[in-house]
Amino acid sequence: MHPENKNETVILNPLRKVGLADKLLWATLLGLLLLGIGVWIRQYVLGLGITGLNRPVYWGVYLTNFVFFIGLAHSGTFISAILRLAGQGWRKPLTRAAEAITLFSLPFGVASILVDMGRPDRILNLIWFGRYESPILWDVTAVGLYLLSSIVFFYFSLIPDIALCRDRLTQAPGWQRRMYTILALGWRGTPQQYHRLERVLDGMAIFMTMLVVTVHTVVSWLFGMTLQPGWHTALIGPFFLLGAILSGTAAVVIVLAILRKVYRFQHVLPVSLFNSLRKLLITFLLGWLYFMIAEHLTIGYGNMKEEMVVLQDKFSGNYALIFWSMAVLVFGVPLLIFLIKGKDSIGWMVLACVLINIGMWMERYIVIVPTQISPRLLSVSGQGIYLPTMTEALITVACFAGFTLLYAVFTRYFPIVPVWETAESLPVGHEAEPALQTGSATAD
Amino acid sequence: MPRWGMVIDLDKCFACQSCTVACRMENNTPVAGPDQAGKGRAILWNEVLPFIEGEYPRLVATMIPRPCMHCDYPPCTKVCPVRATYKNEEGIVVVDYNRCIGCRMCTVACPYGVRYFNWFPPEWPEELKQHLNPDPEVAPRPKGVVEKCSFCIQRLHKARQKADAEGRAFMATDYIPACVQTCTGHARYFGDLDDPTSLVHQLAHSPRAFRLLEELGTEPKVYYLKQG
Ligand code: SF4
Ligand code: SF4
Repeated sequence: MHPENKNETVILNPLRKVGLADKLLWATLLGLLLLGIGVWIRQYVLGLGITGLNRPVYWGVYLTNFVFFIGLAHSGTFISAILRLAGQGWRKPLTRAAEAITLFSLPFGVASILVDMGRPDRILNLIWFGRYESPILWDVTAVGLYLLSSIVFFYFSLIPDIALCRDRLTQAPGWQRRMYTILALGWRGTPQQYHRLERVLDGMAIFMTMLVVTVHTVVSWLFGMTLQPGWHTALIGPFFLLGAILSGTAAVVIVLAILRKVYRFQHVLPVSLFNSLRKLLITFLLGWLYFMIAEHLTIGYGNMKEEMVVLQDKFSGNYALIFWSMAVLVFGVPLLIFLIKGKDSIGWMVLACVLINIGMWMERYIVIVPTQISPRLLSVSGQGIYLPTMTEALITVACFAGFTLLYAVFTRYFPIVPVWETAESLPVGHEAEPALQTGSATAD
Repeated sequence: MPRWGMVIDLDKCFACQSCTVACRMENNTPVAGPDQAGKGRAILWNEVLPFIEGEYPRLVATMIPRPCMHCDYPPCTKVCPVRATYKNEEGIVVVDYNRCIGCRMCTVACPYGVRYFNWFPPEWPEELKQHLNPDPEVAPRPKGVVEKCSFCIQRLHKARQKADAEGRAFMATDYIPACVQTCTGHARYFGDLDDPTSLVHQLAHSPRAFRLLEELGTEPKVYYLKQG
């Protein structure tokens, strides 16, 4: 028994054929990913000295990537868990696309940490000798749990659609059909099954919401728990969290727009969805500005010597260019676009969201580097310098390529828009929640 | 149990840097070379930091030799995820090179910039290689781990063994780090801070005594005597 969804054919269409263009794209992305892995092996053999890292800048681009990818990951949980709890039915068509961002960006967050480690071969020491006094262990636990539960959450909500693929895509190659059969776990689509699934997802949504808040706060505490000027502030946790949700939601817009265009999902992903996201993004942007002012005004007004060194570096020193362009990219231009041009215009929205994400990467960088560049005692012998090298650049590119690759491949084998969640009606006997009806109304 | 600490008299220090050199020879810290040193990759467990105030000719220079402070509340050990760095019972903060995963959390957490990372495998010019300290406790560290001043803890171990072998009780004065032994200006003192009769105890309580970044609450066990 399968739900009735008039868009079913459209949604399943991308799964029917992997074209030449796909293969070229995948090959390119795979090439970049492999190149990055090669560079990492080289770095492992030669030593981290081939990066731009040094004393006092012990953490640089890799840590920036870590924070950034974990931030991107917040999109999925935000859209599917938090909006699920809030009963926002309009989210339904985009849940899976958002969750897939979570799922595929987390591994590259984890990879960034591995790449940053001097001795990745000793990673298991974290298990044998791990001690919870260290924020790193908090991170390992939170990110690990987050990855695991995201996989489970994602997979559960995918099961009915896998069963649909199993029954509908009878022309698919044998291995693909076998994969669907195995992954569908014998789903039959009975009303009881749907009922149970919804309950599990609701329950998990609560857990995931708590986790998502924890994860990014804990990530920020890698910095916040030290005594370093610019890092040691209680605001760093909430600020990182908001930044994560901002960049994650912006990433959802970009991904949706691409899917809509490439897979001809105009009816499945109506402009109204983008307008709802636009409203969310405007809220987040204003929140971001609020944090930004609260943070910097407190430091600037207090005028404490050590803190001011970092602040001045950002405002008018060596990092002023990055700092102010970041502010323009994350806040200034996107807000103007959203307010003036964004409504009903996907192109403008995407532009704003790309800017937000570039800016958010820079924001992470500007939190991590300037604090280290002028450490208390060492600055007597002049400021440190940090210039990332080709190694770091290639590994960063590889992370983004890897993320895109996983995403692109996934959309060719699994429906990226949930068929069952956007269905007009589920098999009879299922008590449709009110949000479900709103959901199908939006999908019209 | 002794609580090892150091006192450095800034009036006596004339920044000759022999401490830095002695430390290097004792502890086998690798030579980074001018190129890498320029990139901030030099490893100097002991460093003489120049604090310059004012401009020439009205200029006040304070040279501060800086080993590890062996903080009583070390922010570095707190953040280590695998207890690769820890404070031992006698207050010395050490690193276990076989356990360190190279995450560099301790290096960013130490407010004194004391901890060094091995960016490359250790290297020495041929001539120096023949003069490496053969003590296995200071065997060169592999790339990818963090290292720092240990108050020459290998010397403590040796001093204890020696006292044992000679069948007498170990005394605090048996143990002295290389920098203290070498110090040309006799500016450095070392001993048990908890022993009220010790010189370091008395100097640490002198009105001239101060510690670096005292306000952070790290309780360093390296004291300085103000110059002037
Ligand atoms: S000075 Fe730095 S490395 Fe030494 S004990 Fe204190 S925090 Fe740790
Ligand atoms: S770099 Fe080594 S010693 Fe320092 S925190 Fe990480 S594991 Fe511990």
